[in-house]
Amino acid sequence: MNLTLKIWRQKDANDKGQMVDYKVTDISEHMSFLEMMDVLNEQLVNSGDEPVAFDHDCREGICGMCSMYINGEAHGPDRGVTTCQLHMRMFNDGDTITIEPFRATAFPVIKDLVVDRTSFERIQQAGGFISVNTSGNTQDANAIPIAKEAADKAMDAATCIGCGACVATCKNSSAMLFVGAKVSQYALLPQGQVEATDRVLNMVKQMDEEGFGNCTNTGACEIECPKGISLENIARMNSEFMKASLKG
Amino acid sequence: MSGLLKSSIGRKFAMALSAFFLMFFLLQHFVINLTSIFPDHGATFNQLSHFMGTNPMVQYVMQPILIFGVVFHFVMGFVLEVKNRNAQKVKYAKNNGAANSTWMSRNMIWSGLAILAFIVLHFIDFWFPEINTKFIQGDWSGLHDGEFRYFHELQQKFHNPVRVGAYIGAFAFLAMHLLHGFSSAFQSMGANNKYTNGLKTFGKLYAILIPVGFMLIALVHYFNNPH
Repeated sequence: MNLTLKIWRQKDANDKGQMVDYKVTDISEHMSFLEMMDVLNEQLVNSGDEPVAFDHDCREGICGMCSMYINGEAHGPDRGVTTCQLHMRMFNDGDTITIEPFRATAFPVIKDLVVDRTSFERIQQAGGFISVNTSGNTQDANAIPIAKEAADKAMDAATCIGCGACVATCKNSSAMLFVGAKVSQYALLPQGQVEATDRVLNMVKQMDEEGFGNCTNTGACEIECPKGISLENIARMNSEFMKASLKG
Repeated sequence: MSGLLKSSIGRKFAMALSAFFLMFFLLQHFVINLTSIFPDHGATFNQLSHFMGTNPMVQYVMQPILIFGVVFHFVMGFVLEVKNRNAQKVKYAKNNGAANSTWMSRNMIWSGLAILAFIVLHFIDFWFPEINTKFIQGDWSGLHDGEFRYFHELQQKFHNPVRVGAYIGAFAFLAMHLLHGFSSAFQSMGANNKYTNGLKTFGKLYAILIPVGFMLIALVHYFNNPH
């Protein structure tokens, strides 16, 4: 298939940036979106132009590195996939595809389609962990009884890959689905109880300081999340936060 | 507890709390308005209006709380809107919001502003004249020419088709606001569980039935008026 690509080009964080049109030809419908971008970049390198910078790593849909806002949706028009798992069969010959970086004040553009998502790392560092005694007498996690439903929900929350699609798709650039998932995965398990109060207070404080917006419950994040993280996690974070605030 | 209203979740919680209060008030207002179309020529409506208009508990405790609730909900709504706009200073060249969310959920600020404009009109129509009669002129009798004035005043106001149209339009915006707001308030307060689907259905019924009921009441008075 032959396509027209409208791609955001920005030299560095200080550059104003602009949309630039490109043509790509003979794209196979079996290619992933990133492979199509590779074809474009090869074309640009061969013609002496600067290739388009974009994030990618595992290309198996589990690392959360690839981003891109494609035709007005985070990770493009398919559901439950990251950009590396988005196939060109989702598009038609002759289509014009608009490709932009994830937009959020807390995700500043570094170059072209690459954004800085270290704000997520700082939120994790603020409380997204448990402290475990590793001196040799650590209790086997499998020896602690956990209800099946709690274990399942904690596992579902833990599948968040921190890609930032929730922030990118939210009209308020809210990170509450990400933080809700990270808070929930521990809040649901006995191992997470010891630091539960500090965890939610510190993570929410960091989230606010990073400049993410406020959730207005549009539900767009849940739809666009490649891992299907449920809004239930935001509700759980809200109640955990209120409980912790009343305690603290 | 300190600084709760400075946190994003604390603000969401406060928005939800004030929304619940306003939704409860709306239901009470609807029930009283409904009595105005009872076939008793406004007798029940007059009695209830006089009670609400003269009862010290309603006037000096509930009314100030209600005004605070309305002002708080709007001010907090604007504060959140400004913060949310700042969280995404550069907008997308192409954004397909309809692919993953409803129009109502994305435009609460606009439906809210329409409701705010309606409240201004509603205050000019009913509340300011009431305050003038009772608190400035000192007339707490509720009477005009020896009869209760409330039902008569209501009929007078719904004589004008432009006003009736404005009220109906505002109720449509109210329905849109509630269609997202009702279930959203539960989510903000941390309630997303096995009852959520039932609550969503109840919320949709509330969001449609109450505004449509207000519309019908306005229309009944318009068509019952001799033109």
